[in-house]
Amino acid sequence: MAETREISAARRRWMLLAPALAILVFAASGPLLIVIMYSFLTPGDYGGVIWSFSTDAWFNVVAERDFFDETLSFSDAHWSIFWRSVKLSLMTTAVAFLVGFPTAYFIATRPKATRDIWMLLIIIPFWTNLLIRTFAVMEIIRNEGVVNSVMIGLGIIDEPIQLLFTEFAITLGMFYVYLPLMVLPIYASMERLDFSLVEAAYDLYASRWRVLKRVIFPLVKPGVIAGSILVFVPSLGAYVTPRVLGGGKQLMLGNLIELQFGQGRNWPLGAALSITLLAIVMIALMVYVRSAGREEVSHG
Amino acid sequence: MARSRSFDVRRQAGFPAVAITCFILLYLPIILLVVYSFNAGKSIAIWEGFSLQWYVSAWENEKVQDATIRSLIIATCASVIATSAAVMAALATTRSPKFKGYSVVFAMINQPLMIPEIVTAVALLIFFAMIKVATGYTGLWYLILAHSAFCIPFAYMPIRARLQGMDLNLEQAGADLYGTPWRVFRRITLPQLWPGVLAGAMLAFVISLDDVVITEFVKSAGQDTLPTYMLGQLRRVITPEVNAISTVLLAISVALVIAFYLLTKSGKPKQGDVQ
Amino acid sequence: MIEIQNLTKTFGTGAEAFTALSEVSVTIRQNEFFTLLGPSGCGKTTLLRTIAGFVDPTSGTMTLDGADVLASPPYVRPVNTVFQNYALFPHMTVAENIGFGLEMQDRPKAEIKQTVGEMLELVQMTPLANRATSEISGGQQQRVALARALAPRPKVLLLDEPLSALDFKLRKEMQIELKRLQSETGITFVFVTHDQEEALTMSDRIAVMNEGQILQIGGPKEIYDHPAERFVADFIGETNFLEAELVSVDGEVAETRLPSGKTISTRAASGRAGAGKVTVAVRPEHALLEPPGALIDGKLENIVYFGTDTHYHVMLDGGARFVVRRQNQPDAVEAYTIGDAVGVSFNPGVGQVLRD
Ligand SMILES: Nc1ncnc2c1ncn2[C@@H]1O[C@H](COP(=O)(O)OP(=O)(O)OP(=O)(O)O)[C@@H](O)[C@H]1O
Ligand SMILES: [Mg+2]
Repeated sequence: MAETREISAARRRWMLLAPALAILVFAASGPLLIVIMYSFLTPGDYGGVIWSFSTDAWFNVVAERDFFDETLSFSDAHWSIFWRSVKLSLMTTAVAFLVGFPTAYFIATRPKATRDIWMLLIIIPFWTNLLIRTFAVMEIIRNEGVVNSVMIGLGIIDEPIQLLFTEFAITLGMFYVYLPLMVLPIYASMERLDFSLVEAAYDLYASRWRVLKRVIFPLVKPGVIAGSILVFVPSLGAYVTPRVLGGGKQLMLGNLIELQFGQGRNWPLGAALSITLLAIVMIALMVYVRSAGREEVSHG
Repeated sequence: MARSRSFDVRRQAGFPAVAITCFILLYLPIILLVVYSFNAGKSIAIWEGFSLQWYVSAWENEKVQDATIRSLIIATCASVIATSAAVMAALATTRSPKFKGYSVVFAMINQPLMIPEIVTAVALLIFFAMIKVATGYTGLWYLILAHSAFCIPFAYMPIRARLQGMDLNLEQAGADLYGTPWRVFRRITLPQLWPGVLAGAMLAFVISLDDVVITEFVKSAGQDTLPTYMLGQLRRVITPEVNAISTVLLAISVALVIAFYLLTKSGKPKQGDVQ
Repeated sequence: MIEIQNLTKTFGTGAEAFTALSEVSVTIRQNEFFTLLGPSGCGKTTLLRTIAGFVDPTSGTMTLDGADVLASPPYVRPVNTVFQNYALFPHMTVAENIGFGLEMQDRPKAEIKQTVGEMLELVQMTPLANRATSEISGGQQQRVALARALAPRPKVLLLDEPLSALDFKLRKEMQIELKRLQSETGITFVFVTHDQEEALTMSDRIAVMNEGQILQIGGPKEIYDHPAERFVADFIGETNFLEAELVSVDGEVAETRLPSGKTISTRAASGRAGAGKVTVAVRPEHALLEPPGALIDGKLENIVYFGTDTHYHVMLDGGARFVVRRQNQPDAVEAYTIGDAVGVSFNPGVGQVLRD
């Protein structure tokens, strides 16, 4: 009796899960497997693939075959794009931390009644269109934009500085659109911070800087790690921001992948690049899960 | 005598300044964008007086009309589908003790949050291209399904949170009073769950409305949504018409997010409801 | 050593202003175990936090060894606190917690190591030096908090109800332990409690506080036997209050006339003068139950047996209630029954005229 009941409960559960899982398998997870398959096929002439096995795409991720003598050499173009993606993502994460940490601290030390309002101010931009926010950044840093006009008006510069379509522009844009992702988790751990520990540290002769370094920071570290991952991961796979603010000159991984499905027309290479990106992201997530797990163990 | 300034353990020099700068940075670009949507001139940098002309021209632009309607259809369908699926999934994952395969299911549901959008976009491009060749169908359903998939986790989160805070005794009381499972769900669970469902649907709607990357890769020719239309426009000479469209989209998002915030805040189950 | 003069602390402004400390003056001596005793909300924590530097007084002065310390932030005052909830750093081990203060003072590594070792020894925690603070018991956390505050050898150690989270038996043990630590280290302890028994057993001197004021400062015996005010007498132990007439005062000895017409010599706070109505406090165990015709007569209303002693509730002729406590003897026969006419008396010098 009890057993049949359990079985029917299990059946009911899977029936309830079925629609969500079906949609996700069809339009999210399933296709990922096809990407893996495609990365081992031969590119077709006008996009698409020819159904014959090849590992060329994977070679091409890091190397290039000379057209004439078929020798392999390092693909400088790809490496510089990889490097730029990692570099700009790290810079974005670092700047977001430098701004996001004090901001989260500031919000967490407001009176309880006003904290929610401050947080709402952080959350609102996050839920508004990423393209629009990128566009907003583009407007202020373009040659005729506010930044340049103000600086010319103040006589700091004579000619507009080229800010748009530079690595700086991309970093600024990514910082701008992903900043809330840094503030949110840091704030979450900061809010739980027991300020009597801070008092204890002052009582034991710690200066303000040392209280920050030795007590506050270690205690909110899980939030900082979470925030860094949340900023780093989407930065690494960013597509819209580098496209709009890099203007097709400063490519990042996302743009390189897109090229393979547009002008470049090498679908297997695009597939292999996608999986490479996915792998880097998974490694970052695993590092996070590991360190978060350890924190939990050591803090009980 | 006492010091003029008391010792505040929470104070850290410079932090408030950074925070205020951060808020200004966050809002200044958006505010400028909105301001210039009302510019009388053609420029998005030189102010030439107030005018609504760009809203009028956006309103009369057939491509914008077309994209708007398509965006709304997709967002509506996707949020309805995603929310329905999310309600069922939330019921399955919160009403019973942790079951075998729970972590896999949980990872599946949240997968769209973890995997870079560009990777999913590429995967869908390849997969749907195969189906398009095989079936010849090139309609909107590809976009609707793709949007439904990545909206599911956003709809799922508030619904699950709501369910977890709900009193199981009420449902048991309903069953005790001869309610069949379906009627108990309709008359007892759903009314309490409603704020969560509404919040989830609203989030899903906003997320769908704002999507660029996946739409850009999945859409067939002539299936622009508002964001992909705007992305295309950014390559050309930009007029404040883009600002006008952006402002309208921003207004919708902000309104929905504030409604979401109020809904999840006030709709929280009362203390007594929680076991 | 600590000199506090006219210290006042007002929280908030305008209609919400609340005076937590008003005109507090106290001198705490070198090496003493000084206790702040008072009911909840009377300002004990506020006073302690003012000494530590976390509360900025509205007015008044405070010196430590003659130096004005009000201007210095907590992290330069040679004063350490044992926090009520211990406030142990969860991301550091027991030893790291104890060494934290020394490390912040940039003492050499070797010295830190040695002092931490000594402190661990002192509080008997050496075997648990490398444990996480979440992996030790409440009593052990208490010891670590103590060791951490003692390690930098502060001039004053502040303890805010450090024993309140412990169960009864552990609390008794820690009371003895604290006394031992205080005499071994020779550090001045300022101890906060609202437990009168704890205050009486541990302190060299006690300051009784109420509503932001210090009502009386004195040794445990003095506070108990000679409470200066009705609040002090009532808050510490049980007391009978008698209405009386002041006849004459000579130094600390006062002649008072009881309502029964009999005159008795009592003690009065020095400086007390004049005539008029006064209140005399008498401890129940200092009074005797006698046949009628004693100092005051009345009727026995109730007898309550407590094991170690018995309480006799007497309704005095004037209408007031009076409790007499008598230590129980083995095989003693109860001489009185409820409803008997009885008398109450007490020896000269036992009654205390209160400052009204
Ligand atoms: N930061 C503050 N703002 C306003 N009022 C305060 C503040 N801190 C303390 N008070 C008030 O000052 C009064 C004294 O508080 P304090 O904490 O010193 O009491 P206490 O004697 O330590 O009580 P307890 O035994 O309950 O710990 C209380 O009425 C309290 O509400
Ligand atoms: Mg207190």
